[in-house]
Amino acid sequence: MSTDIVTPPSQVAAAPEQRRLPRGTRHHVQSRVFGIGRWVVIIGFLIATLVPFYYMVLLSVKPIEALLSDPASMIVKPSEFTLQTYVNVLSSPAAGGQGFGRFLANSAVVALASVALALLIGIPGAYAIARLPFIGRRYISGVFLAAYLFPAILMAIPLFVGFTRVGLRGSLVGLIIVYTAQTVPVAIYMLRNYFETVPESIEEAGLVDGLSRMGVLRQISLKLAMPSIMSTGLFVFMIAWNEFLFALLFLVDRRERWTVSLGLSQLSGSVEIPTTVLMAGSVVLTLPIIIIFFATERLLTGGLTAGAEKG
Amino acid sequence: MSTAVTETKEPRTETESTKKRRTLTQRDARLGLWLMSPTLLVVLAIVIFPLLWSILLSFQRMRLIQIGRADFFEPLTLANYERVLGSSQFWSSLLITFVYTFGSVVLAISLGVLAAMAVRQPFRGRTLVRAAYLLPYVAPVVAVTFIWRTMLNPQFGIVNVFGQKVLGWDEPIPFLSQAVGTWNVLGLEIPIPTALLTTIAFEGWRYFPFAFLFLIARLAAMSGEPEEAALVDGATPWQSFRFIVLPQLMPIIALLAVLRTIWTFNEFDDIFLLTGGAAGTGVASVQIYNYLTVQRNVGAAAAQSVIMALVLVAMLSVYLLILRRRGERV
Repeated sequence: MSTDIVTPPSQVAAAPEQRRLPRGTRHHVQSRVFGIGRWVVIIGFLIATLVPFYYMVLLSVKPIEALLSDPASMIVKPSEFTLQTYVNVLSSPAAGGQGFGRFLANSAVVALASVALALLIGIPGAYAIARLPFIGRRYISGVFLAAYLFPAILMAIPLFVGFTRVGLRGSLVGLIIVYTAQTVPVAIYMLRNYFETVPESIEEAGLVDGLSRMGVLRQISLKLAMPSIMSTGLFVFMIAWNEFLFALLFLVDRRERWTVSLGLSQLSGSVEIPTTVLMAGSVVLTLPIIIIFFATERLLTGGLTAGAEKG
Repeated sequence: MSTAVTETKEPRTETESTKKRRTLTQRDARLGLWLMSPTLLVVLAIVIFPLLWSILLSFQRMRLIQIGRADFFEPLTLANYERVLGSSQFWSSLLITFVYTFGSVVLAISLGVLAAMAVRQPFRGRTLVRAAYLLPYVAPVVAVTFIWRTMLNPQFGIVNVFGQKVLGWDEPIPFLSQAVGTWNVLGLEIPIPTALLTTIAFEGWRYFPFAFLFLIARLAAMSGEPEEAALVDGATPWQSFRFIVLPQLMPIIALLAVLRTIWTFNEFDDIFLLTGGAAGTGVASVQIYNYLTVQRNVGAAAAQSVIMALVLVAMLSVYLLILRRRGERV
């Protein structure tokens, strides 16, 4: 009765047999080459991405004399191992150090404030773009994108002037405002993608139950979007922490307000400060980012490439 | 990018119980503007307004010292454009910018494709490998440029030490300070733009993770069935990549190319921190910075920025035209 629907056992067995192609064919050779080549590529990329960071940590824990006497060494001898470089780079100039402790505090204040502001402004904006039919919604993304066509330094000229006039240049507040403005469009892009995936029926149920739109946003959408908000916040933090150009233009003559990025770039031009001490500064600059990144890698990359899957 | 998708939801309001729905829609529209207003305010004040002011400045004679008391009604002139377009430096920097952008974008995307294909099949430790690949992209630019400068240092940098001890170089290569090196091969002396190639290599290293990230997301969402079918039909791995996988990656590669072109064309930090724009790496953005800070000529800096933005727009238009003709959709 139903036997003719069932595939004969012989045919089922034939399928995997067919895949095993005879040795010596082009296919077989290529498979072998690709199989080995794949590991060569994986390891090659690992070396290229990890060795520079290993080199950074390595140099930061040896004295400059050890580096100059044996520059080929890729290990640190126990007798050479030192953390004096970190003490030097972190302590204040008054204590004979480079003042990175202060720079760290500045960077933290700027980055955290930028995150708070970008989210505060970006969340309502992203929700509006995702859900609410206001005039001009269609064009807003286009305007944001168009602004990216210009080099950042073009914006910097008038901002430099304007901020000088209102007394914001040379202050961390000025920098926070610029970083917020630069990251809000990115935050909106990331958050909007998420708000759009929240089923509209859930929000409509909230509306029917008597919530206002703001109530829906606060009590339903915001809670559902929490992972996405986290990843957006982290992304903004990384942008603000890593930023260099505006810090350079606004704060270069105010050493006590330098961020870590600016501090390292300014001091790395000096011949008096040993490279190993500056490498310790590099580690101090990089470490917070690496910690955040590894703790939240999945969250972060998911938020950034949301929508890429659709092609 | 996906605005078009959201727009389609709206016409539905016309259907059942039109009146009540429309008032809700109107209220939503008003609330939408309210929620949007902080964003608009910040972006207008800190992005759009400065951009427009810069464009105005490019038509005015303006030095950095005067700018403290400048107003919008200075007389307009084309002198800045004449000055920029008439300088030989501009044309050489434009050429350098093109070479740098093209080389960096192609290298970063090719490396991204290679890395993404290599880690496509699951293996132990794949998550860690993936995270390691993203390091160059997430690490602060000031730190990674400093590491590269130290590694490439002619005196004690590990690359030159390794090159001399293991690869048998006669002398250290000044990777970041040599404009043109000669490469002796088969009795020929081939000129090599050392510093420019080094900065392009740096860009490839730093930005391949960006392409990699988007490509593995796309690969993960791809159906394996067409490839399995091709395998049964006797396709080699290369054929299967070339004719099945790559065409499916093309839309995302096109998008990556556009984004990377825009960003690399305007790139300032990387070159400024690696070479300071010396040794034949003076791309346009560094030259604009020099106009502003060394020559203190605001008008010329603004004029060159505007010209570069126009060049970028022209490049992107040509690019989109080619894509459209080939039937790709971006």
